Amino acid sequence: MNPVIIYTVASLSGLGITSAVILFFVARKFKVYEDPRIDQVEETLPAANCGGCGYAGCRNFAEACVKSESFDLLFCPVGGNDCMTKIASLLGRDAATKDPQVAVLLCNGTCENRPKTNHFDGAQTCAITTALYGGETGCHYGCHGLGDCVRVCKFDALTMDPVSGLPVVDDAKCTACGACVKECPKGLFELRKRAKADRKIYVACKNEDKGGPAKKNCSVACIGCSKCFKVCPYDAITMGNNLAYIDSDKCRLCRKCVTECPTNSIIEIGFPPRREKAEAASDIQITAKPDNNTQTIN
Amino acid sequence: MLKTFSIGGIHPPENKLSVSAAITELPIPKTVVIPLAQHLGVPSKPIVQKGDQVKVGQLIAQSNGFISANIHASVSGKVVKIEPSADSTGYKRDAIFIETEGDEWMDGIDRSATLVKEIKLDRNAIIDKIAQSGIVGLGGATFPSHVKTMVPKGKKAEYLLINGVECEPYLTADHRLMLEKTNELVVGIQILMKALDVKKAIIGIENNKPDAIAIMKEAVKNIEGIKVQALKVQYPQGGEKQLISAVLGREVPSGGLPIDIGAVVYNVGSVFAIYEAVQKNKPLVERVVTITGKQVKKPSNFKVRIGTSVLELIEQAGGLPENTGKILNGGPMMGKALAQLDVPVVKGSSGILLIPEQEAIRKEVFTCIRCTKCISVCPMGLEPYLLGIEGEKGLYDKMENDRVMDCIECGSCSYVCPAGRPLLDYIRLGKGKVGQIIRKRNTK
Repeated sequence: MNPVIIYTVASLSGLGITSAVILFFVARKFKVYEDPRIDQVEETLPAANCGGCGYAGCRNFAEACVKSESFDLLFCPVGGNDCMTKIASLLGRDAATKDPQVAVLLCNGTCENRPKTNHFDGAQTCAITTALYGGETGCHYGCHGLGDCVRVCKFDALTMDPVSGLPVVDDAKCTACGACVKECPKGLFELRKRAKADRKIYVACKNEDKGGPAKKNCSVACIGCSKCFKVCPYDAITMGNNLAYIDSDKCRLCRKCVTECPTNSIIEIGFPPRREKAEAASDIQITAKPDNNTQTIN
Repeated sequence: MLKTFSIGGIHPPENKLSVSAAITELPIPKTVVIPLAQHLGVPSKPIVQKGDQVKVGQLIAQSNGFISANIHASVSGKVVKIEPSADSTGYKRDAIFIETEGDEWMDGIDRSATLVKEIKLDRNAIIDKIAQSGIVGLGGATFPSHVKTMVPKGKKAEYLLINGVECEPYLTADHRLMLEKTNELVVGIQILMKALDVKKAIIGIENNKPDAIAIMKEAVKNIEGIKVQALKVQYPQGGEKQLISAVLGREVPSGGLPIDIGAVVYNVGSVFAIYEAVQKNKPLVERVVTITGKQVKKPSNFKVRIGTSVLELIEQAGGLPENTGKILNGGPMMGKALAQLDVPVVKGSSGILLIPEQEAIRKEVFTCIRCTKCISVCPMGLEPYLLGIEGEKGLYDKMENDRVMDCIECGSCSYVCPAGRPLLDYIRLGKGKVGQIIRKRNTK
């Protein structure tokens, strides 16, 4: 056999063995003890690394769970209550339960409702257009429709509706991680309590202008008329900045405000069709699909 | 060889269509909308109320901080309302609406055209007068002028630079001002030299304005300390840092101010406003605005009352051409497209440019081919292609390391990019985000 090969193999094997020995002792000397529970907790987490909990990733959150005394400030919105109970039983503590939430878009300024007044052909992201100017329509509070939220959603729960020009939330996939809430430069997303059968009632408008200018720029803008505020039997509606706001904790989904709203800016989703006032319901721009959770905005 | 700045720069087609149009006064508008935020810094605080009668030159909004400026009524009449109104970006900001009744000026304002040469006020009185008159950088940056005159302790202004470069294509407001108000400008320069206590002033003018260079040279011939410097035509020479580099050969350090190297720069528009304020007691209520474009019937330079609607300017220039694709507030390089037409002329509006449809379209965007054209034209020595990619991917910490905050937003990179990449869009986004990060860090 060629001596070169023998020497090579021998010297490399020698190097390898020496290094292995050194590494063995070094590893022993500098060993870092890590709580084995961190691994266990991490395994129960969804492993999406979405950051919805406020930590850099699932591992980070698992560490925080093991180290902290209570679960008051810790919650994985993606795993939800089931996941948190599992973690709690692993660590021998009580789990904090939270109502499941879902993201909603507080704008119904579709191409039909909100006519375009100019055209932007620069870089197609909402962050840029928001920093640059008020947007392609007269309403500078509404959705710019360039899909920053869709790109940031890790759960495919958001899609852009090419007809309406607005993002659509898929309730079944939405985990309420809050990524879209943080990303939207207009602050149009809100996490709201998930009601029975994903029924939702909310004011889909953020336009703080007075009634006249708001309505001029968007036919479904909230004009701040307070009609819904007056009709609500549960004090769930508050007025401010020429806008109505429905508190999802107080709302009992009676739908009285929806028929009252003169501009149809209050949206109801997931309800069965109304029996008595079938005509009134047909005015509303939302098609209710009780068997399907997908939100459709015309 | 003519002087110019040390690195980068481009030479886009000049298209100075309105160069021979003398400054004419625009008829007084029926109503004016005067925004409270016309300057860099904190918006002013209104001191009039709905229903008040005001005269031209009356203070209607007070400076509301160190970097802020007074605002005066530009027409006489009644304050109709104080309400948010859409500005050139489409965002609604507070503004004072005045309905014109006649043209009554405040007492003590000298509106005659006589030249007042003798400077009676002393240094502090001049600075005070500039601050009272609400003068800001009329070149477009709208930085309050009086703040520049207050040289921080331990620093010394050595040179006063007067920016008559007007490197933006199409715009001619400063050029016309130099031709028509030459002697007033010279007095204005002397006022600023007194206020800043400097002995040397240099007027920088690009070589494509030979008439302005000649007339200014003639005017300062017998005056000690003032010099005219002809410069090579190169965009963006009108940028403060570029002008200093071109004229003095000094570089403003990254993150620093011109005063760090002993220079203070004023635009000729501001100098004229300062002359009027100090010698004629006239606050900043009007400015020269160029309205131009290839299809505009009468490209003009108008003296416009602040708050006049852009629509009125367009009408006076011969109406809106049929296939206008884009209307810019400013020149073609740095100007921003108007989101709507019914917006007021503000202190920072140097021009309105109407671009035909076929020229208003952006190029199709391809991937970066690393041709480094953007690097060779960047006057700040940045790497725009890299910043563009980082901005696209949201790597704002890297952008900070790559000195994104030094960008002067001149747009040379986007102009030369053969792949049509919206580099400046992403750099601007990055500047905003990095600015936020820096502010957050500083408050911690």
